[in-house]
Amino acid sequence: MTERLLSVDGLRVSFRTRDGDNQAVRGVSFHIDAGETVGIVGESGSGKSVTAKAIMSLIQPPGEIIAGSIEFRGERLNDLPEKTWRKLRGNRISMVFQDPMTSLNPVKRIGDQMTEVIRRHRGLKADEALAEAIRLLREVGIADPERRVRQYPHEFSGGMRQRVMIAMALSCSPELLIADEPTTALDVTIQAQILELFKQLKANPDTAVALITHDLGVVAQVCTRVIVMYGGMIMEEGTVEDIFYRAQHPYTLGLLRSVPKRAGGGRERLIAIEGTPPDLLDPPPGCPFMERCPHAMAKCAELPPMFHIGPGHRSLCWLAEDDHPPEKSASGDVRHKEATL
Amino acid sequence: MSNDSKILVDVRNLKKHFVKSKDLLGRPSGVLKAVDGVSFQIRQGETFGLVGESGSGKSTVGRCLLRLYDYTAGEVRFDGQNISSLDEKQLKPFRRKIQSIFQDPYSSLNPGMNVLELIGEPMNIHGLYSGDERKEAVAALLERVGLKREHLYRYPHEFSGGQRQRISIARALSVRPDFVVCDEPISALDVSVQAQVVNMLEDLQAEFGLTYLFIAHDLSMVRHISDRIGVMYKGRLVEVADSDELYDNPLHPYTQALLSAIPVPDPHAVSERIVWTDAIAEGEAHELREVSPGHFVALP
Repeated sequence: MTERLLSVDGLRVSFRTRDGDNQAVRGVSFHIDAGETVGIVGESGSGKSVTAKAIMSLIQPPGEIIAGSIEFRGERLNDLPEKTWRKLRGNRISMVFQDPMTSLNPVKRIGDQMTEVIRRHRGLKADEALAEAIRLLREVGIADPERRVRQYPHEFSGGMRQRVMIAMALSCSPELLIADEPTTALDVTIQAQILELFKQLKANPDTAVALITHDLGVVAQVCTRVIVMYGGMIMEEGTVEDIFYRAQHPYTLGLLRSVPKRAGGGRERLIAIEGTPPDLLDPPPGCPFMERCPHAMAKCAELPPMFHIGPGHRSLCWLAEDDHPPEKSASGDVRHKEATL
Repeated sequence: MSNDSKILVDVRNLKKHFVKSKDLLGRPSGVLKAVDGVSFQIRQGETFGLVGESGSGKSTVGRCLLRLYDYTAGEVRFDGQNISSLDEKQLKPFRRKIQSIFQDPYSSLNPGMNVLELIGEPMNIHGLYSGDERKEAVAALLERVGLKREHLYRYPHEFSGGQRQRISIARALSVRPDFVVCDEPISALDVSVQAQVVNMLEDLQAEFGLTYLFIAHDLSMVRHISDRIGVMYKGRLVEVADSDELYDNPLHPYTQALLSAIPVPDPHAVSERIVWTDAIAEGEAHELREVSPGHFVALP
């Protein structure tokens, strides 16, 4: 039996703007088990990064968590005082951001930045922490780490900085690593090196990874389970095989079809998803994908429940209604209950 | 693309060096060779893809073709005419025929201009249409790129990224160009919107007989849209071939490394990454040689 590490239940996050509330996350429920690698896929505005920030308690005004609970090893994380959070964040849960240029302090040596984290969370002495920093840098594939720890961020390339960030995030052996688009700003050959690191992490049973990305290729290569988000909601969830070979939701299918096939070549026309993502200031009451969906029907004006497709595979789409039962929502996700009534 | 159509763009030994620093007497002491001897031809109606990683010089090549930069050496012939040394006045007709679409649809449109002004501006500069006639032409173009006539008096901030890129495309096409330099035109767009824009670029190419230089780092999209592809590394072309040939039979180790690094959207795909660490030292670079018809590679 796998251990439940993180449970997110009915999460809603809104940002107050002059034009009204931007409902970035609108009732998201999922879990991550110890040691697994879960991909959270979505385009900009899908709510994937905001969900990650909510888990890390990094939502700042005008943003606000307006509903839902986040539990880590059975302990409720919302409303924890910031002091408690500081012990948790970077220690048991850590995060890597997209842009390694802005996440490092430009006027501090790499070694000093790393040892600061290690000393704070692990209580090591300065020389022990430095030795640990060198070991971690070597582990993420940085050559000559003894010399590198004395250098400044500008002396590192983009890919190396991202590796430093990952080394720092791993320095306290976190139980959960959240990586938000960790390779998006990098060249493809550098991305491949970072993905190798994530593949190694996948084999590590002590660290679970939530990998947030818009790149289906990255997900296919690195993840065991996938959560597909759109318009602030989860559209479909399943194993990588479920998502890549047995996708049910028209949005997932649309995404998979819109990328050119590598094999076969040819100039056949791409199958595009017409239209644009919904405006989250005034989101549609029903399925967020309805407006762009080739299968849209009258019923879609009403939000479907999550349908249970198979073990761990669920889809938020009325098309699944005839063949699959709705999920018993254990959560307080009231809208889903209302929708099924 | 048939091989007998005429060569529209002919780039010969193009070099663009940037002076990084100067010594006391103002002589250049540090030089960045962004583009260092690049030659290729693009035939009429063809899409030539230029790929490479950041710093490879691919965007600099695009900017040289647009004469946004004056180049250090080499020449560019457009439709048989050498445009390398023309002054701004002589260049003007070519400025109409050669248009561009850039990556970031947020910074490439003036936020203070409405759609009619944005798309009408190039027409104004090149003296095409006026008054109501121009408005009609702009509205027709808008509809052609999938927007509506009602959008004429809206401002860029009212549009999504994909829609802004459509406006950029309409703006580029407003003066009926022959050749469009597309520099990462879809990189900033959402995945679900990229395919729309690529399809539209292909439709417009067929309709107006356009020739494209398509610069990108997304290798799978480049393969889809390009007839031929050039791979750049450190300011030089290391391989040029028909796109399928390049992907099926890459010969240069750098091309092999680049292609093998693409994450395939298939969890069962067995891919072995080829790592290439053997960086080409300066001065050691090799010339492109034709190894099979149309397939050029720079190897010793």
